[in-house]
Amino acid sequence: MKAETLFEKIWNKHVVYQESPDKSALLYIDRHYVHEVTSPQAFEGLRQTGRRVRRPDLTVAVMDHNVPTDDRSLPIRDEIAKRQIEQLAVNCREFDVPLLDLHHPDQGIVHIIGPELGLTLPGMTIVCGDSHTSTHGAFGALAFGIGTSEVEHVLATQTLWQSRPRTMEVRFVGARPHGTTAKDMILALIRQIGIAGATGHVIEYTGPAVAALSMEERMTLCNMSIEAGARAGMVSPDQTTIEYLRSRPYGPQGPAFEEASRRWLALATDAGASFDQVIEVDIHDLAPMVTWGTNPEMSAPISQRVPDPQDEKDPVRADMMRQALAYMDLKPGTPLDQIAVQRVFIGSCTNGRLDDLERAARVIEGRRVAPGVRAMAVPGSGRVKRAAEARGLDKIFVAAGFEWREPGCSLCLGMNEDILAPGERSASTSNRNFEGRQGRGGRTHLVSPEMAAAAAITGHLTDVRHLSTEVQV
Amino acid sequence: MTPFSVHRGQVAPLKRNNVDTDQIIPKQFLKRIERTGFGQFLFYDWRYDDQGQPRADFVLNQAPYNHASILLSKVNFGCGSSREHAPWALADFGFRAIIAVSFADIFYNNCFENGLLPITVDEETVDALFDLADRQRELHLTIDLSNQTIVTDDGSFQTHFPIDAERKQKLLKGLDSIGETLLHDAAIASYEKTHALPTVPSGL
Repeated sequence: MKAETLFEKIWNKHVVYQESPDKSALLYIDRHYVHEVTSPQAFEGLRQTGRRVRRPDLTVAVMDHNVPTDDRSLPIRDEIAKRQIEQLAVNCREFDVPLLDLHHPDQGIVHIIGPELGLTLPGMTIVCGDSHTSTHGAFGALAFGIGTSEVEHVLATQTLWQSRPRTMEVRFVGARPHGTTAKDMILALIRQIGIAGATGHVIEYTGPAVAALSMEERMTLCNMSIEAGARAGMVSPDQTTIEYLRSRPYGPQGPAFEEASRRWLALATDAGASFDQVIEVDIHDLAPMVTWGTNPEMSAPISQRVPDPQDEKDPVRADMMRQALAYMDLKPGTPLDQIAVQRVFIGSCTNGRLDDLERAARVIEGRRVAPGVRAMAVPGSGRVKRAAEARGLDKIFVAAGFEWREPGCSLCLGMNEDILAPGERSASTSNRNFEGRQGRGGRTHLVSPEMAAAAAITGHLTDVRHLSTEVQV
Repeated sequence: MTPFSVHRGQVAPLKRNNVDTDQIIPKQFLKRIERTGFGQFLFYDWRYDDQGQPRADFVLNQAPYNHASILLSKVNFGCGSSREHAPWALADFGFRAIIAVSFADIFYNNCFENGLLPITVDEETVDALFDLADRQRELHLTIDLSNQTIVTDDGSFQTHFPIDAERKQKLLKGLDSIGETLLHDAAIASYEKTHALPTVPSGL
């Protein structure tokens, strides 16, 4: 039998129709996640054409993008956001789609609730009107973001036309050094290949350093595949995957779970299978990474300085660097660890899981947020929040001077009231540092949860490994 | 969907790499539940200052570019968020085509759902067009989708562009892809009968 990649196994299993191999394939979609921002026009389209949702039983909706993350018992102040949130409830009722609404105990960011509820499983095709759907690939699923017209298409047909993407193996070489994280691994990859480096490709992450990652960390890795331009990112299922999925509330249970586990493990890329492209990322010397510019490839290890556009030979790139540094109000040559921040955000589908909060809490425990810094911890879901509180993490955050908030996308994209003021600078565990992403005129430095926590304590970007010798990170 | 066959229009040069969808349509405008009316917010943070006044130095605030229907840009146009509000805003503003060296995948797909033609040509060709646009503010191009050509009014510049045959047909006919897919309803139903599907338990 021909050796196949994980991607090929999933793709081949889901082709419903394909006229010929050179044409696009009609793929069956196993799981469709829906949220309030990219779905209203899709449901309206169904209404106008008199169509139904073909498989509400394969669809799950949740409110996350523009929900307030403060007191949920108060009415939503933003009238337009309120209308959009209410519209999702109306649409789900009318089309029988299961919904985790604002008051559901398991409400949270769509890419966090899917895995933790066992709704995301290996071998699935998964779509959502959100580019960070790539997160679910951590389970060995083929998961990718789609536009609203495609959301409507999936609602109506449970399928999607797709041209076959190329495959890319991203092999991490070496062991991940102490004090570095999956966030640093993915930022290092994006720095190496650029934000369009994987356009048209589905990435599979491999190597001992990936095998050693927890599921939470693999989700961080796959989450930012889109920031390298990839259609999707994935990791072959292994024992770590199986252990995470054991006894998830809506996944298979008992003997069905054991049987499913055997199938899941068999999805892993076969020895000898080939990829269209192979990239090696050497992480022997990996250090905590921070972004200094206005897209995720503009990053450097924390020990370095803001780069000088004059040193860049390519005039187009030099120009982009100049624009980025002007927007970020940074001078070439400034040590990165001297950049002062006014805001710190720990959360998002990239780094809003229990493991992330726990690692950040270990850094801040017994310390205080620096004067003049506003720091927020936003759990990714109701389950994450309850689990964190059961371990007392909320008390650690609050004692340090952090705000401990309700689950949602929050400051990652600033659709609700959690935004940066013009000129404010943040250390953020989110995924995009585009101009204005966290608020018009706001300046974002992407970092890991540990690094965000360290910045909150010192008031400037800081190498968490040197924060203090008594802190184990 | 409006079919696309031949279009002649004014070019607006936006000489930037990596124009992301957060720039094309900032998040504060994603709360609308309608599909229309996004053109007024296109490139909002670049187009308007902190007081909401148009910035004179932004290309789309200048004549004749404020009536442009063909956008010219560089590498990796439309990267970032999957928001289809980006092509909605571009189309609502009046754009029918975007010419660039490369596009991000999701944005590229979204264009075809909205009668917007994304044209990929090599860097040399894009740079030649930028040069033309520099010399000639009123630069008009005629884009012929069936023949896959771009041509200036005086014929001094001509180029051929590649496009996937299926996508081309879709735009030429202005096809509704759901209707087309439902022609394969029997195949979908048979797939559903022969596969164990991961249904969501009721009472989630």
